[in-house]
Amino acid sequence: MNTYYLPSHEYARVEGNIAYIGISEYAAKQLGNVVYVDLPEADTDIEAGEDFGAIESVKAASDLFSPVSGAIVEVNEQLLDNPKLVSEDPVTNWIIKVEMSNPDELNNLLTPEAYAELCAKEQH
Amino acid sequence: MRYLPHTPHDISLMLERCGASSLDDLYSDVDPQLRFSGDYDLPEAMSETELRRFFKGLSGKNQPMTCFAGAGFYDHYTPAAVDSILSRSEFLTAYTPYQPEISQGTLQYIFEYQTMMARLTGMEVSNASMYDGATATAEAMLMAVSNARRKRRVLIAATVNPAVAAVVNTYAHWQGIAVEVIPEHNGVAMKEQLEAMMEAGDVAGVIVQTPNYYGILEDYGGWSDICHRHKALLIMNSPASALGVIRTPGEWGADIACGDAQSLGMPLNFGGPYLGYICTGKSLIRKMPGRIVGATTDEAGKRVFVLTLQAREQHIRREKATSNICSNQGLMALHTAVYLSLMGPEGLRRVNELGADGLRRLAEGLESTGVMTLQYPGQPVLNEALFKVADGYSPQMILDTCKAKGILAGVPVGEDGLLVAVTEKQSPEDIELYISTVKALKR
Amino acid sequence: MNRELYDKLIFEYSKPGRQGFSLPRRDCKDVLGSIPAGLRRSNAVNLPEVDEPTVVRHYTNQSTNNFGVDTGFYPLGSCTMKYNPKINEALAADSTIAALHPTQPADTVQGALELYWRLQKALCTIGGMAEFTLNPFAGAHGELTGLMVIRAYHASRDDRGRQVVIVPDSAHGTNPASAAVAGLQVRQVKSMPDGTVDLNDLRDKLDDSVAAVMLTNPNTIGMFERNIPQIAEMVHAAGALLYYDGANLNPLLGVARPGDMGFDVMHINLHKTFSTPHGGGGPGAGPVGVREGLEQFLPNPRVVLDAEGNFRTECTDSALGRVSGWLGNYTVLVKALAYILTLGKEHIKMVGPLATLNANYIMHSLRDLYLLPVEGPCKHEFVFDGLIDKSQGITTLNVAKRLLDYGFHAPTIYFPLLFHESLMIEPTETESLETLDRFIEVMRSIALEAKESPDMLKNAPFNTPVRHPDDTEAALHPKVTYDEL
Repeated sequence: MNTYYLPSHEYARVEGNIAYIGISEYAAKQLGNVVYVDLPEADTDIEAGEDFGAIESVKAASDLFSPVSGAIVEVNEQLLDNPKLVSEDPVTNWIIKVEMSNPDELNNLLTPEAYAELCAKEQH
Repeated sequence: MRYLPHTPHDISLMLERCGASSLDDLYSDVDPQLRFSGDYDLPEAMSETELRRFFKGLSGKNQPMTCFAGAGFYDHYTPAAVDSILSRSEFLTAYTPYQPEISQGTLQYIFEYQTMMARLTGMEVSNASMYDGATATAEAMLMAVSNARRKRRVLIAATVNPAVAAVVNTYAHWQGIAVEVIPEHNGVAMKEQLEAMMEAGDVAGVIVQTPNYYGILEDYGGWSDICHRHKALLIMNSPASALGVIRTPGEWGADIACGDAQSLGMPLNFGGPYLGYICTGKSLIRKMPGRIVGATTDEAGKRVFVLTLQAREQHIRREKATSNICSNQGLMALHTAVYLSLMGPEGLRRVNELGADGLRRLAEGLESTGVMTLQYPGQPVLNEALFKVADGYSPQMILDTCKAKGILAGVPVGEDGLLVAVTEKQSPEDIELYISTVKALKR
Repeated sequence: MNRELYDKLIFEYSKPGRQGFSLPRRDCKDVLGSIPAGLRRSNAVNLPEVDEPTVVRHYTNQSTNNFGVDTGFYPLGSCTMKYNPKINEALAADSTIAALHPTQPADTVQGALELYWRLQKALCTIGGMAEFTLNPFAGAHGELTGLMVIRAYHASRDDRGRQVVIVPDSAHGTNPASAAVAGLQVRQVKSMPDGTVDLNDLRDKLDDSVAAVMLTNPNTIGMFERNIPQIAEMVHAAGALLYYDGANLNPLLGVARPGDMGFDVMHINLHKTFSTPHGGGGPGAGPVGVREGLEQFLPNPRVVLDAEGNFRTECTDSALGRVSGWLGNYTVLVKALAYILTLGKEHIKMVGPLATLNANYIMHSLRDLYLLPVEGPCKHEFVFDGLIDKSQGITTLNVAKRLLDYGFHAPTIYFPLLFHESLMIEPTETESLETLDRFIEVMRSIALEAKESPDMLKNAPFNTPVRHPDDTEAALHPKVTYDEL
């Protein structure tokens, strides 16, 4: 199981040809208390780099971008009633599940090390 | 100058603190070439008495008339208590309630306003108000487009007020949204055309109006099903007062209700300020433009009100915001809340009844002259209808003749139409005078 | 005040059968019954049934939970909360204006049109512009209209590739949001440490895709943009237009004019610079001015004076379209003209310098305790980056909330985004030395409290009608109507 990142702080955790997509711990901490996650509909197609929803705290909001292309096979509906789950544990609480159409795209993403470096830089 | 408290002594004392020797010193960073050294092309300062005389002179060049014009803006009565409350300077001179601890007055009346508008339109939620009905409708269109993501077509009924359609078209034009008109037949939008236009695909929203521009209560049965089948939103515009008695956007299955609330007793004021409203279902609340007030509790567990869902607004989301709207029409939302509190369900019903009764009397009288007849007889109307001016006469002729009697006869539509509205303010004597004036035209 | 009796929502006073309306009695012969049942609402609207005294007492009590400019000092940065003169209200309440329908024939509304025209001319001379429209309803609406003017201009030259608006990173969020609504993309230009535009970055970002550059001057930290002539030259050389966001026009009254600085299009907030009340969020007005050569793009309808000396409205095809039903928030225009005529050509020149004096006076009186991130004379407002001594963890939010206890409205906080602890103070010219001195005294004692009793300060405010509302709960489970309570 490997995890990849976008500079906009979404991760793709890969199991086979399925990618679980959510936001990084760093991003969750920056946002503070998440009060809403705007989820897409399941069974729709998505392109790498395309926005699929949004996440909102009391003081901030940002769009969510997909690191990979493919079909959204499931959305985490728990988040509708309990968006706080993302603040509490963004890694377990993925947002969408995508069946990848082009796993080669993973090579364009940041490795955990490169991503950690980016976060360290942003803090300054 | 009475608005400027500074004495010469104050000024020199303050300059000293700032380490400056003159007021000019404070602008030492402004290139002298950019300094405005001349005089503004303005008159010299006026005293209050001179000012009153000046404005009285301007007023004297206006001719207030007994108003039978409508076209979306109606001459309803404003209860004295409304004006009195609106003049409370704690309401008047406050700004957006950024500090809830000292803004509960504003926040609470907006919450009351939101509740009343949601109930009036039969929708679940309302925002804290918009500029006017035309911009509210344009914003509703942008909501539909944003909701549909990639779809870029919007349909608008031919029976929508042209002043509203013009603003919708302007907003759409600069965003590259295609607006197409659903044709009308016998004064109402054609449902069969809607089906065909939807089949072409790519439609994000459909904009309709009831009572429509001609005053007709349109039957929108089935429209929401067609829209929803094609994943488009149904946007319904209504002058707010009529919603006291007519089938609501909520009952028709509309996704967004919008329009102007001027008809809730706001003075005509030559075009503004009025108030736009937007109401929708809870699922679209985050797509709504503008401020929203929500209830919560404070430390002591007391019910309090705050601005909420601000994360979708321009000051946080910048170019990704749902709208560029910053403020709301606060004072006019207060007007609406006070007006509806005073009127209650029965008052609002009576206002509509008096208007409808007035129109019926006027229509009967005008029909008997033969000079003006209903353009769409048999279509259900409330307090406004389109009249056809008979051959040999013209709308202009009627407007001019009535003007001489101090009557604003209506709003001309096309070559031979006159759109006429009646409210509770026009007495049976006013209506008689209108009829007899038109009758006197008869040759 | 009896909080126990009157601290309710209007719905909670409702009782069936009570009424607060007064309408003519007349037999209407069940006229509504003749409307087909399917077109009528199925139930009466669930509005409160309340008598007039209760309504009046309810809202009067609510008003006392509010703080306005008439209540006290309101140093809300970038909002220009100056005194709202009473005579303006009296003149705008004219029953003749109240009765005018917007579609009335021009010959019956000559006075109303003349007033609009006179305000247009007054704003032209103040802004250094050739023509104004007074139709936009607010500052944001003015921005949108101004950007549409710019798009119409480029379209008229068939220069359709210009899809980008450049805004400084210090700009208010409304600028990029307005650009997006006008169908344009946003490109940010960096600010120098003093908040002025980074000219090198601007040069890099200007190309033939740029439709406009939007600036405020003075900028959002109250500093005058010294390089404005150079900026104007660069922008025009790239074929773009320069837009003036009039949010900060107040300090320039009597000092400089946007038109003379090279701005092509501007908007003015009448509710800021020209004293019309903010009304808890509106109605405001956001007139848009243009330099010579751009008049034909202003929105329909326009007010013009014809050769016979008559005023009339006019709609043209060259216009950008229509942004409002009619001629804007008309009574707001009445108030702004009353203000301008009251000040007259002589006193209007004092507005900018005295507003600037008041701001500098506060800045110099507090800079030993609050962190001033940018040196130099400020204009009408300035920004502190919180307290100098942050060792006790006292934030700008704590300072702002504590000010409420002392009977002052808080400044603008956490804007601009250039600093972490922004505290943006704008006193305006209508505040007296005594008011400023008391504000300074309070700010100084808050700085002392930050040292001596930080825990108390973190719990402020204490003396307000409500304390510490739960924002998270409000956003997590939005309850926006009484029916959801």
